Amino acid sequence: MLGIKQAELAHQAEISPSYLNLIEHNRRRIGGKLLSAIAGALDVDPGALAEGAEAALIAGLREAASAEGGAAELDRAEEFAGRFPGWAALLSEHARRVASLEQTVETLTDRLTHDPFLSDSLHDILTTVTAIRSTASILVETREIEAEWRDRFLRNINEDSQRLTGASKALVRYLDGVDDIDASMTSPQEELDAFLGRHGYHFERIENSPGDDPASWISETEIASGSSSAQTLAIGFLRQYARDAAAMPMGQVEEAIKTFGLDMAALAGALRVELVPLFRRLAMLPTEVVGTEIGLATCDASGTLLIRKPLGGFGLPRFGAACPLWPLFQSLSRPMVPIRARLVMAGRGDQPFETYAVARQVGTADFATVPRFEAAMLFHAAGRDKVTPQPVGISCRICPLTNCDARREPSILSQGL
Amino acid sequence: MGKEVLLIEDEPNIIEAISFILSRDGWRVHSHANGVDAADVVRMRKPDVVILDVMLPGRSGYDILEELRSDAATRSLPVMLLTARGQTKDREMAERLGATRFMSKPFSNAEVLETVRTLAAEA
Repeated sequence: MLGIKQAELAHQAEISPSYLNLIEHNRRRIGGKLLSAIAGALDVDPGALAEGAEAALIAGLREAASAEGGAAELDRAEEFAGRFPGWAALLSEHARRVASLEQTVETLTDRLTHDPFLSDSLHDILTTVTAIRSTASILVETREIEAEWRDRFLRNINEDSQRLTGASKALVRYLDGVDDIDASMTSPQEELDAFLGRHGYHFERIENSPGDDPASWISETEIASGSSSAQTLAIGFLRQYARDAAAMPMGQVEEAIKTFGLDMAALAGALRVELVPLFRRLAMLPTEVVGTEIGLATCDASGTLLIRKPLGGFGLPRFGAACPLWPLFQSLSRPMVPIRARLVMAGRGDQPFETYAVARQVGTADFATVPRFEAAMLFHAAGRDKVTPQPVGISCRICPLTNCDARREPSILSQGL
Repeated sequence: MGKEVLLIEDEPNIIEAISFILSRDGWRVHSHANGVDAADVVRMRKPDVVILDVMLPGRSGYDILEELRSDAATRSLPVMLLTARGQTKDREMAERLGATRFMSKPFSNAEVLETVRTLAAEA
């Protein structure tokens, strides 16, 4: 402070250095003689000294109150700071710290969700698309173009379209999580997805002996070399698979499908099961049994995806949250109400998909616990008939849809792609 | 002799396309594909307009722009920044560093031509 040491200032004001320290950090309110003495020692106006400290404290309190939604008595912030300066300073400091921690969490979350492979692939694709668009425009719009230039531009378009094909294929493969999933594994959930993907989501051992506890033979599978968290997830998943298989033996499901096709309500009725386990069961059976390839996404009430079985053309997000337009999430607001919808994945061709979703309460309902919910969405390729499919995305970050009211964040795909 | 546009971009087919449309409009176009010495090339050639890609080998377009803006000789030089990343934060970064214009890929030829004409007229 203005070249005076704290100890010297405390001596001149006739107080202890620790008490001066409390004043400096707004833990003690000062006034009267003490304020004049300190102001005199510092050679400043007493009014300015008091106002500066108090104004900063009150501003800090107001900031804390606004961050918490305004439940505090804002008009009494001055009184609070005056009567309880220590508590006020503490509150203000805590609010500042919370804000700083929130910012750190946001930064780390962004870093985690920002996938470098995806970003690089999209950059490569956009650059190639730019070159093709620009070159094609020249060929179309330039009335008189020399043969040499025309040939060169045609060659460039050919090169770029080949490059675009390669980059797009790599990206689709990556998003579908089919090949080389091990190379980018980052979480136990992804280890589980890779394990299930390698087995085609089908386990003959469970089909033949659903009564055997998967925990007794999981060590014989490749997931045994994965993380312990992934093994725990795998055991939980396979136990559920075994319960579903015991309730719906493959032969019975096959017979029911022969009779009812993929009429979900009729299948559930014939097999005497609820829709959620039926969806799970159908997704775990070979294509030759079901008649078509089945994709599945399940989530809990927070919307976190638990089972992610993708389907060609209907990708599931590897990072971050999925598209809120999916019937899976709509079903959470209407538990026990089955939803059927025809969708098309924006920016990934025009293949329509039939989707079925339903949410249900898990466990026994009682008055003492918060109810838990789970939702499941089954999907398969649909024929191109007169039904107009609703466009949806994978997740906002890589969705090309514009003017979407459900968008949470800007897309990596810039405008106009 | 027409005014000069310096195109700092590493994608050969984009260089060829932009060079073609600007040359047809009467501009002299010089291209440079390396980020490392791009700022030196700008100072040496003294172009009327710079088209600067963000993702360059050796050095980011943002860094190059920052250096150009800190040098009195190039502080007010019209610079159009090109990038495949069109998010708000990228635009904000470009503005903060002093880009005269920001254009996200894919762009149209007409858009590039119109922007270069405008930038040269404003300079």
